[in-house]
Amino acid sequence: MANVALRHVSKRFGRVEAVRDLTLAINNGEFVVLLGPSGAGKTTTLRTVSGLERPDAGAILIDGRDVTQEAPGTRDIAFVFQQYSLYPHLSVYDNLAFPLRSPARRIPEPIIRKRVEETAELLHITSKLGNRATRLSGGEMQRVAIGRALVRDPAIHLMDEPLSSLDAKLRAELRLELKRIQVELGATILYVTHDQVEAMTMASRIGVIKDGELLQLGTPREIYENPNSRYVAGRLGSPQINFLPASLVPEIAAPAGTETVGIRTEHLRIAAANGGGIVGRVHRVEHLGDQNHVYLEYRGETLVTLADAHQPLQAGQDVELKLVQPLYFDAAGRRIAAALH
Amino acid sequence: MAQIRVENLHKSFDQFAAVHDSNFTVENGSFFALLGPSGCGKTTTLRMIAGLELPTDGRILLDGEDVTFRRAAARDIAFVFQLFALYPHMNVEQNIGFPLKCQGMPRREIRERVRETARLLRIEELLSSKTSKLSGGDRQRVALGRAMVRRPKAFLMDEPLGALDAEFRQLMCGELRDLHDRIAATTIYVTHDQIEAMSMADRIAVMNAGRIEQIGTPQEIYDRPASMFVADFIGSPPMNFLRFEAALEPGSRAVQVGSASVAVPEIREARPAGPLVLGVRPEHIRFSDVGAVRGRVFGAEYLGTTQIVTLETEPGRVKARFPSSLRVEVGEIVGLAFRSDRLALFDAQTGSAIETESQGSLGHG
Repeated sequence: MANVALRHVSKRFGRVEAVRDLTLAINNGEFVVLLGPSGAGKTTTLRTVSGLERPDAGAILIDGRDVTQEAPGTRDIAFVFQQYSLYPHLSVYDNLAFPLRSPARRIPEPIIRKRVEETAELLHITSKLGNRATRLSGGEMQRVAIGRALVRDPAIHLMDEPLSSLDAKLRAELRLELKRIQVELGATILYVTHDQVEAMTMASRIGVIKDGELLQLGTPREIYENPNSRYVAGRLGSPQINFLPASLVPEIAAPAGTETVGIRTEHLRIAAANGGGIVGRVHRVEHLGDQNHVYLEYRGETLVTLADAHQPLQAGQDVELKLVQPLYFDAAGRRIAAALH
Repeated sequence: MAQIRVENLHKSFDQFAAVHDSNFTVENGSFFALLGPSGCGKTTTLRMIAGLELPTDGRILLDGEDVTFRRAAARDIAFVFQLFALYPHMNVEQNIGFPLKCQGMPRREIRERVRETARLLRIEELLSSKTSKLSGGDRQRVALGRAMVRRPKAFLMDEPLGALDAEFRQLMCGELRDLHDRIAATTIYVTHDQIEAMSMADRIAVMNAGRIEQIGTPQEIYDRPASMFVADFIGSPPMNFLRFEAALEPGSRAVQVGSASVAVPEIREARPAGPLVLGVRPEHIRFSDVGAVRGRVFGAEYLGTTQIVTLETEPGRVKARFPSSLRVEVGEIVGLAFRSDRLALFDAQTGSAIETESQGSLGHG
């Protein structure tokens, strides 16, 4: 456990600037998630922290110590990869014990046993300790891989999409478990993913990253409710936030310079058309069980909103639209604060 | 376009019954989904309809005509495997026209048919484009165009969006359903993804271990699942199952779950004492100081509009969906109230739904 800081880190591969002047401080006990599409520079950032990649510029600090030039082995980090890489010839117990048995550490075997057993209990794999690593289900293997990181108490855990190879149900279960374990251990984690649900549900803070740049850093709630750009607004939320050219909704008193208006699906309310206001037409209704997704046509644009599963709505029907808490963006996609009334 | 009818369809591979006595009708122009986990028999069913697999027993009717043993090529059905596999060295026009070229159709006629298809798909301006330059949505349209150009009676699709990430898949679902609405082609769509099936299909058949567990509209299947399997497979998070033991009397309106009495829709059948399950959807739970079921908050997952709160209760772990404005502390003890008119009861041994006022009597497959 430690404070970890990246200061103005840049890394390029040939012509590609993978990471651009990235500054980020991860506090002791924090779970920071870097969220971005593939190619955004998430993994490269992680690799510069681990020492697998050396930045072209900038510094990595662990508890105030500059480790930029240090080899991975001396940085006191643990790395969990996307594909669980276990030793197939070893038992689950020996896989978990492996990082502790490093000759550099010289930890007595009884202490190793205690750590392995504690970790196995945390991950609910105690009954599998005697199994060969290959005789496990995918979810169990990934738990062992995570356990192999947790068995030590490194300065920071670096995790690169560790849940992405699992099926949806297991992923949901492990999300919850990983968060519980992190809180219980007070572990410091830097985690990268392209999955917004993982980021929102587990992170203490999310860093939204695109083209090597950190666009916004904040708690999930801050990022969702108060995005600083059109891109970030579109990154979180499912279905995605609606964007409308400001010129199509003159009824809204948008601040000067507004090019685009963003309305979250839950902030687009519909009511029976009654001769006035902003009128859209129902294009399609998707029944998802707990709620409906309603696709609306409004002046050539498609909008999505949520409706109660049993609200009667027909394709072709006109409805009045109410835009609650709109977000405003300028031509460059930057957020403009709403005018105070 | 055509109606597809499957009667008592059965397929065995040696001792293993891959498809067991399936019956369903896909009406002309409708979108039908076969939904289930891998190995449930959905792809085998589709392959029998396509003519790629012969049934052990039963009949397949295309517009009333028995095609059970007709060769695939003579069935006039388009089978779409992967909507994104296009010939990279051909442009859009050549890709769409390829199936006709293989049939030896004269070039002028091919040109006409391709143009007509492109008009329907609204991709006329892309005809001379390279496929590598296309967006995902356009690639999907081209792939569909290639299937449509032969003017088949029906489309069969086997997990066409399986390779895509979640957000893009959602977008493509919308596109695909829009296209369906425009061309009204009878479609059978195989998937293991409940959201794909729910968002696109007019009706869904949920399959498990070779059997159809339930057929219905997405909302029927969600609101009144015929079995625990269906209840668990549909919805995210899925329905919560609270296990308890009791005898049931017709006309009673409450069940005793552990130490709590829970109001349920009026029960319509008698049951001797035995293991039962109370099914509760996450959105039908709320906090209530007087709630009979007590739970301890295990974790809360923020999702923007809503949050999923996991609670530990006497009958097991429960997930509830709340507005994200509700403050929840890990470790706090809360009372839970359920929306009684939306609860389901199941027989724990067979997994099938117990008849209640809201459940009605359900046809099983």
